[in-house]
Amino acid sequence: MSILGLPRMTRWHPIATTLILAGAVAAAARFTFGLGATTNLTDEFPWGLWIGFDFLGIGLAASGFTIVAAVNLFHAKEYEPIVRPAILTAFIGYLLVVLVLIIDLGRPDHFWHPLVMWNPHSVMCEISWCLMLYTSVLSLEFAPIILEKLNIHAPIKWIHTISLPLMIFGVLLSTLHQSSFGSLYLIVPNRLHALWYTPMLPVLFFVSCIASGISMVVLECLIFSRGGRDVLPPQLRANLAKIIAIALAVYFVVRFQDLLSRGMLRELTTLTYYSIAFYAEILIGFVVPFVLLLFDRIRTSRQGLYVATLMVVLGFAINRMNTAITGLEQYPTQTYFPSLIEIFIMLGITAVGFTAFSFIVKHLPVFETAAASPPIRTETQIQRPEPIFLSRAGEDLKPS
Amino acid sequence: MMNQKKAMLIDLTLCVGCNACQGACKAENKLPPEEEKYLSLTAYTALSKYNDLYIRRMCQHCDVPTCVSVCPVGALTKTEAGPVAYDGEKCIGCRYCLQACPFHVPKYEWSSTKPRIQKCKFCASRLAKGLQPACAEACPTGATKFGDREELLAEATHRINSEPAKFVPKIYGKEDVGGTSMLYISPVPFEQLGFDSRLGKIPMPMLTMSALSKVPNVLSVGGVLLGGIWWITNRRSEVQAFEASQNKDRSDRHEDKP
Repeated sequence: MSILGLPRMTRWHPIATTLILAGAVAAAARFTFGLGATTNLTDEFPWGLWIGFDFLGIGLAASGFTIVAAVNLFHAKEYEPIVRPAILTAFIGYLLVVLVLIIDLGRPDHFWHPLVMWNPHSVMCEISWCLMLYTSVLSLEFAPIILEKLNIHAPIKWIHTISLPLMIFGVLLSTLHQSSFGSLYLIVPNRLHALWYTPMLPVLFFVSCIASGISMVVLECLIFSRGGRDVLPPQLRANLAKIIAIALAVYFVVRFQDLLSRGMLRELTTLTYYSIAFYAEILIGFVVPFVLLLFDRIRTSRQGLYVATLMVVLGFAINRMNTAITGLEQYPTQTYFPSLIEIFIMLGITAVGFTAFSFIVKHLPVFETAAASPPIRTETQIQRPEPIFLSRAGEDLKPS
Repeated sequence: MMNQKKAMLIDLTLCVGCNACQGACKAENKLPPEEEKYLSLTAYTALSKYNDLYIRRMCQHCDVPTCVSVCPVGALTKTEAGPVAYDGEKCIGCRYCLQACPFHVPKYEWSSTKPRIQKCKFCASRLAKGLQPACAEACPTGATKFGDREELLAEATHRINSEPAKFVPKIYGKEDVGGTSMLYISPVPFEQLGFDSRLGKIPMPMLTMSALSKVPNVLSVGGVLLGGIWWITNRRSEVQAFEASQNKDRSDRHEDKP
């Protein structure tokens, strides 16, 4: 059933299969012929699309720590139904980013070196460690979902006993590396355009990932709420939308205050290659969705929320790509556009991510906890049809 | 003294553009002998021409090297004698050094499937034997002079002071990005010669350290904070649950009465 006009991915399977196959071929070419023959990366432009994709993947996976912190550390238990989708998103996001990083490395066979050869002065070293540790944390947070399905309960108890320190550790690691992706560029004040280079980069990266991560989870809830079954009651969705709006506002204020204090607002008074890119990210990703989310009618409407969160995600993507690519270009003498192989590898890996997500959602109890969540006393809740899938834990919902 | 920091003084007024430095460098590093205008995988030093002046480009062997600080695996190291050394066996190929080097020096073996970076080695193996770098030895005019950094700085100051009309009063590399092993003196302002005037005197790694130094604080303060919040919110829901059960008990008892 196509409810409320949300787009459906009818031809998704053949498209995904094609993209994954093309990506696999492109990856094979990259490993056979090396980076020079298969990418448009150069000495002047050593980082390109893939690094941008890493920022994007990690940022969109930020829900993994924000939702876990909200529900399990701050006891906002009503959001329990989205904890698992958030963890799954993060887990897939991180695995894919690690995969892209390894493809991006000149020596993929040396990918394990940061684990044994440390350089505490390197942001890259810190990020490697955070990525590895946080992916481990996520796998432990995700493991119970698989174990539940397999009916193995002993390790779940074991994980449960360490879950509190584990979650705190996960939130701290996320805080660190989400901001550290911004810190990567602190060392290139002479290269990164002043509209993006600022000592505040780590703070900006952190604040924006909160908005984008939650937007991503809201999007998933909307998409997977088909069939009249709401993963998250509209009121809670609207609350999440408020949090997104607050994060967007904070970001906007910090960003413009920073531009003002560095005297860079004048860069925006003329239309240049850079200022257009800046306006694109700030309008699409921050200003317009913020204005939209101010209205209660949009926060509670499916289409409204769909449009607003999609814009946040899109603007976020432009922001990260601008930081990783546009801001480093010396327009018009030195520009970069990714090669087809770079693009196909990225698309293929994105397709792997979406496919993995929908496959896991279909076969493991990810959204089903929604049915198990305690009913919330709202008008819409009463009309909710009987959940189609009742998990074991969901049986307590039925009147005894 | 052998373990004094070594440096090279490059006097742009003396360079005639003969390219002997590049030739000697290529011979020393067994690189193809063709003359090259830009730094590349096969040219660790190159002369670029600005009007009538030739400027030698090469790795600056910074005192606080950006590349060394950004390398996640420590493949790049600053040696005591001055050279910034590279170990291709450690390198993972993240190319952060290419991105971060303020002088755009490291070049990458893009066409290889086991790529490394290439750059001037400051003839570390010759220095270890007590020899001077191949380029300095080959320079026929003394435009490149090798020696102890302190002595060369004194000499550069002396040259500038004795002929103030001939030089701009600046030794490039004395303090730039925290000081480098390559010291330049020039008759025209360095900005006109393609030197990046935005770099400043603070070593670039300090920019990163301002963020990285906060990591221990985030971990400790953040850990305590999150633990505390958990404790408070957990306690609150425990109390709520307890009160709810008390109320329920009371109402249950009430119902039990006939």
